[in-house]
Amino acid sequence: MALHRVKIFSLFERFWHWSQMLLIVVLLITGFGLHGFHNLLSFEQAVTLHTGAALALLVVWAFGTFWLFTTRNWRHFIPTASGMWGVLRYYSFGIFRGERHPYRKAYWRKHNPLQALAYTMLKLVLFPAIWISGLAYLFYFAWRDIPDATAWLEGIALVHTAAAFAILTFVFIHVYMLTTGHSFRDHVMPMITGFDEVDLTPEEEAYLRKDEPEQIR
Amino acid sequence: MRGRIHFAQPPMLRHRPRQILHQGLHQGLHQGLHQGLHQGLHQTLHQTLHQTLRQILNQSLRRFVQVAPADAQPTQEGRPAPKQARSLPAFRPGLTALGTLVLVLTALAAMPSALFADASGWPTPPASEAPKPQVSGPLQGGTADHSKFEELKGPFANGSEVTEACLGCHTETGEHFMQNIHWTWSYQDPNTGQQLGKRYLINNFCTNSRGNEGMCAQCHAGYGWKDEDFDFSDETKIDCLVCHETTGTYYKTPNSEGHAACSVMFEGKEPIDLAAAAQSVDLPQRANCGSCHFNGGGGDNVKHGDLSTALIEPPRTLDVHMGADGLNFACTACHVTNKHIWAGSRYNVVSKDTEGTGLPGQRTDVATCESCHGLAPHPVDSLAAFKLNDHVQSVACQTCHIPEFARGGVATIVDWDWRTAGKTRDGEGYHEEGYIQGNGEHRYTYKSIKGDFTYDENIVPEYDWFDGQMVYTTINTTFDPNADSIEINGFSGSREDERSRIWPFKRMHTWQPYDKGHGTLVYTHLWGEDEAAYWGNYDMGAAIEKGMADFGLDYSGEYGFIETISWWPITHMVAPKEQALACGDCHAPQDSRLAEVKGIYLPGRDRNAWLDNLGTILVFGTLGGLLIHAGIRFFSPKGDHH
Repeated sequence: MALHRVKIFSLFERFWHWSQMLLIVVLLITGFGLHGFHNLLSFEQAVTLHTGAALALLVVWAFGTFWLFTTRNWRHFIPTASGMWGVLRYYSFGIFRGERHPYRKAYWRKHNPLQALAYTMLKLVLFPAIWISGLAYLFYFAWRDIPDATAWLEGIALVHTAAAFAILTFVFIHVYMLTTGHSFRDHVMPMITGFDEVDLTPEEEAYLRKDEPEQIR
Repeated sequence: MRGRIHFAQPPMLRHRPRQILHQGLHQGLHQGLHQGLHQGLHQTLHQTLHQTLRQILNQSLRRFVQVAPADAQPTQEGRPAPKQARSLPAFRPGLTALGTLVLVLTALAAMPSALFADASGWPTPPASEAPKPQVSGPLQGGTADHSKFEELKGPFANGSEVTEACLGCHTETGEHFMQNIHWTWSYQDPNTGQQLGKRYLINNFCTNSRGNEGMCAQCHAGYGWKDEDFDFSDETKIDCLVCHETTGTYYKTPNSEGHAACSVMFEGKEPIDLAAAAQSVDLPQRANCGSCHFNGGGGDNVKHGDLSTALIEPPRTLDVHMGADGLNFACTACHVTNKHIWAGSRYNVVSKDTEGTGLPGQRTDVATCESCHGLAPHPVDSLAAFKLNDHVQSVACQTCHIPEFARGGVATIVDWDWRTAGKTRDGEGYHEEGYIQGNGEHRYTYKSIKGDFTYDENIVPEYDWFDGQMVYTTINTTFDPNADSIEINGFSGSREDERSRIWPFKRMHTWQPYDKGHGTLVYTHLWGEDEAAYWGNYDMGAAIEKGMADFGLDYSGEYGFIETISWWPITHMVAPKEQALACGDCHAPQDSRLAEVKGIYLPGRDRNAWLDNLGTILVFGTLGGLLIHAGIRFFSPKGDHH
């Protein structure tokens, strides 16, 4: 096993990440504006941007989901308890003593257990909660004549807003995490260049060198 | 144009200005979609979508309007509309996914430019430079010049002689006219069975016309109604001129003399040249209808709030339909007429029109906005427009498009206090001016004959769910004599009712006399030559006594004053679209126009306080935790902060 600079984020994945980031920022700003927390935009402008960004994000997610399953990349997100304790201990204790991060990226495991769990929950709980409630919200006038539509809408708005608060919280933690470990730059660059240090088995290295030399430096 | 009666175009042509509207709408839709898509999306996608949408639009619109075939579609700004789909370039699978994503993001990036563009791209409707005749609906053009008719040369001794001349050619009109509410002043509500109509009702302005016809029936479209003996079957008593003459010199005076103190007001007027008036007849102009409807309640805009003399020659900013420099609609452009029966009624309001424009030849029976503008009135050129068209289900057009009423410089009365009526100086009634309205005119704020008035202008309406059904407190309604207030015309409606929408209203508040012993409203005898008539004698008790006795009504003998509210749906003074309410006027945490409207969850106005507090604690708690974490890292000697 040895550390190599390997391409772990494909062009599509990087595009996915950054377009998703941009859209989520737009959605958070416009969404909390619609909720009445600020008046940076008129309600009409906010609705237009919010709806447009939401529909764009749904397209991004549709492609992202398709990509995850067709490329087998979904396996990176399978939650695991193995190594979780070490990571938790590191963030709550070891980090203050200057210890080294306990996790090494593997070729088929590019997220540490805490990351994998967080991203999985995001994908399976928070994102579906916000887009399902958002679509129901958007198309309210298509179902406004069912019994108790107002109460349903109120519930949907509740779920939508709660998910938004949770996603905002995720964003703060996610960005803060970039400042840990190596430098902020070292954390951001892999999502720009695609390359990061990965612990490769000799077999993996040999395979990459021979069959996919552009994936390894 | 003057002096002619216009006859209908062949029935195959569309009635009303709907035709123009439809073409405008069609062009708007077409352009809006074309431009919106063109700006945002990749050329390939643009062409596919454009073609599909164009087909759908054309198909659906052609059903409603006679439009030129697709090939002759108007092109905009010199850019020819693509005539047929070009074949799509071959897809390279590797680029498809990425390409589409880029498209979506480009579209999103292009959105702000569309968002912040000048919202008033074109005036609605375009202002015209040269004045044109008022648009009166189906009848355009004219086939006769009434100044050439021998029958109208005169001389005429009185109005009835003119009417006889009219009926000489218009043989069926008398029969038709006597069915309408301008003649009968009577309307029976088909749902509640209540006997309504000016002849019977009590309002909270001058209270009742019943027993006061000598004065009030100046606005009856007839001659000589002064008491119960009026012959409602005499065609010659119809007043054709008040609605059709266009010299502007015609006027009416009370049908009975009244008290000497009052009748002096109507003396010394120029005699009317009836022959000139008869030869000037045309379809009713705004000034004709306005001679009564703009002066309801006893003065300019007193009653309705959205019907004032400012609408005789209004700018399009005051009313986009009636604007003399714009569409220049006469009242009958919307209040379409069939056998002298008019569409549109405050007694029987269509609060939610679900039929829209109907097919050619249909729908000339309503005065709703939708009967011209359809059920999806906003050109779909943006996401916001989609949402606006959704709102049509819940919100009346008037709610957003009449941001304020009593505009144009003429105030309306919002509060009337009969308790102070009857004060005299040296035994004589008097009045006081105390309000200067927008156009500079002074208004009376006190009259001995009526009490104190409060005026207001540029008023933000009250809003509530309204299903179109008014329930009146009539002379036959009994109520708790100790009630805080009585609704003259209560209305129903709710979010759950599918006929209801949120409507704007003028709220009129009055202290007015009532029968304290029985808990009923009263007929007050205001006008007359006798000593009980309130106007001139100022004895409220005697006036009520006689007002009730004349119609055999039971009166306890004890009167008091009670607070009454009446509700006036606002539907005129439609502003150009640039001045319509913005989303944020209702969707706002503070000062929402719909702050009081119940039964809805209104995004922006409504929130769950618990969730907001928990969410705020979560976010700021997290931020605090991260700050502490960062602080410990920073200050711990072996902290990880290279």
